[in-house]
Amino acid sequence: MKLPIFLDNHSTTPMDPRVLEAMLPYFTEKFGNAASRNHAFGWEAEEAVEQARKHIAKLINADAKEIVFTSGATESDNLALKGVLEMYREKGTHIITSSTEHRAVLDTAKSLEAKGLATVTYLPVDKYGMVNPDDVRNAITDKTILISVMLANNEIGTINPVAEIGKIAKAKGVLFHCDATQGVGKIPVDVQAMGIDLMSFSAHKIYGPKGVGALYVRKKNPRVRLVPQMDGGGHERGMRSGTLPVPLIVGFGKACELCGAEMATEAPRIAAMRDRLQTEIMNALEESYLNGHPTERLPGNLNISFAYVEGESLLMGMKDIALSSGSACTSATLEPSYVLRALGVGTELAHSSIRFGLGRFNTDEEIDYAIKKVIEVVTRLREMSPLYEMAKEGIDLKSVQWAAH
Amino acid sequence: MAYSDKVVDHFNNPRNMGSFGKDEEGVGTGMVGAPECGDVMKLQIKVQNDRIVDAKFKTFGCGSAIASSSLATEWLKGKTIEEAEQIKNTDIVQELNLPPVKIHCSVLAEDAIKAALADYQKKAGSKTGTGSAQ
Repeated sequence: MKLPIFLDNHSTTPMDPRVLEAMLPYFTEKFGNAASRNHAFGWEAEEAVEQARKHIAKLINADAKEIVFTSGATESDNLALKGVLEMYREKGTHIITSSTEHRAVLDTAKSLEAKGLATVTYLPVDKYGMVNPDDVRNAITDKTILISVMLANNEIGTINPVAEIGKIAKAKGVLFHCDATQGVGKIPVDVQAMGIDLMSFSAHKIYGPKGVGALYVRKKNPRVRLVPQMDGGGHERGMRSGTLPVPLIVGFGKACELCGAEMATEAPRIAAMRDRLQTEIMNALEESYLNGHPTERLPGNLNISFAYVEGESLLMGMKDIALSSGSACTSATLEPSYVLRALGVGTELAHSSIRFGLGRFNTDEEIDYAIKKVIEVVTRLREMSPLYEMAKEGIDLKSVQWAAH
Repeated sequence: MAYSDKVVDHFNNPRNMGSFGKDEEGVGTGMVGAPECGDVMKLQIKVQNDRIVDAKFKTFGCGSAIASSSLATEWLKGKTIEEAEQIKNTDIVQELNLPPVKIHCSVLAEDAIKAALADYQKKAGSKTGTGSAQ
């Protein structure tokens, strides 16, 4: 087993060697511009792009023509929200989204609000981080043009009832955008069955290369139109100009092909490792709390708060395991995770949270190591924690008058 | 974020981690910070003949907060009350090479020292008076 161990697969994933192999020829001998219509180099590149497009579309049950390539999910989210608003603003300027969306959606919505271009409703989530479809229905007005709700959350892995939301959107004639960055390739995604009109996702979360993503844009029932946010040569049905990064797209296609072929065996394998990690840690450590939905959750996700210890010190104690924390100390803003706060997790427990992200290349041996290490470090830090000492003495920490600073 | 070697050393080998009984003779206890802010420090001194003969800490917080309090206990041992009052957060910043975002950890450690000294003095004072210690 090699250290450090990578258990941060929500942030990014290592590229699958089979993906790299597929990409390599397109950096050197097959270097053509996919938009060059007059020679073999261009045709070869175009064919590779169209082949990839098919694999990507197949994974989400879309038509290849409905895939618009972008630089990644952040750009896809921006294009979806800004492009739809600009196209349909005669009809209305109200957008509905949820409070636990990724910053690429939330900050885009806030920026549109700040410019006076849109009014936005941020729906609350339940204690598991799930959006209630009834809340979506009740928030729709005659000015609503777009609903944007994520498929699965990047911190807690909770999977939203997207198909129900899609049904509501369709019934009300409102477009439905879904940021599916964490879900595509990990759980079955079907844009038809889920009633999704626009969907963002990216390659590097599914063992593909960084720097490429896609926006699914529905072509019929209804035909979704967008105002492009990048002017230029009119690539991608005029929705996103810019020379296509052929090697990245080939890698994206291969990554989707592999996910489609292997998901049925890979997801249960990863979920089994995750379940073992969860059970063994939580059985060994009292006052450890699961964040996120107990069952409706991504197979590789595990987010736990360990009372009385601070997240950054936990990460420091486990420096040979790559993890992420909801602690303020690990963020630039000095605020603990807004996602955990939205679930109603107390600030002190948000400071104490650790996110494990398991993926394709993790092994049982690595999970054994992580279990041992987490128990050891949490125990050591609790011995060092005045809060743990007070709790053991029977003092109710909530009754203490803290000298806040 | 990269930690300085000294922060890592204090984190991995904390000095004087533990507790004295609060009502023990000559013990002053300082508890500062708040759980919702992500750091709480408890710092204790044991004083004999106006000199700090021992010090202990427990800290809930990031690595820099743990290191700041661990270092503070090291510095407190052997100092008189007057000397201990002179310890400044900037000394801790310098010793541990704390980056700007971690300066509050050193401020907290200085506050903890001041609170422990004040608690000791209050107890010592009240012993000669009529009131009982808290």
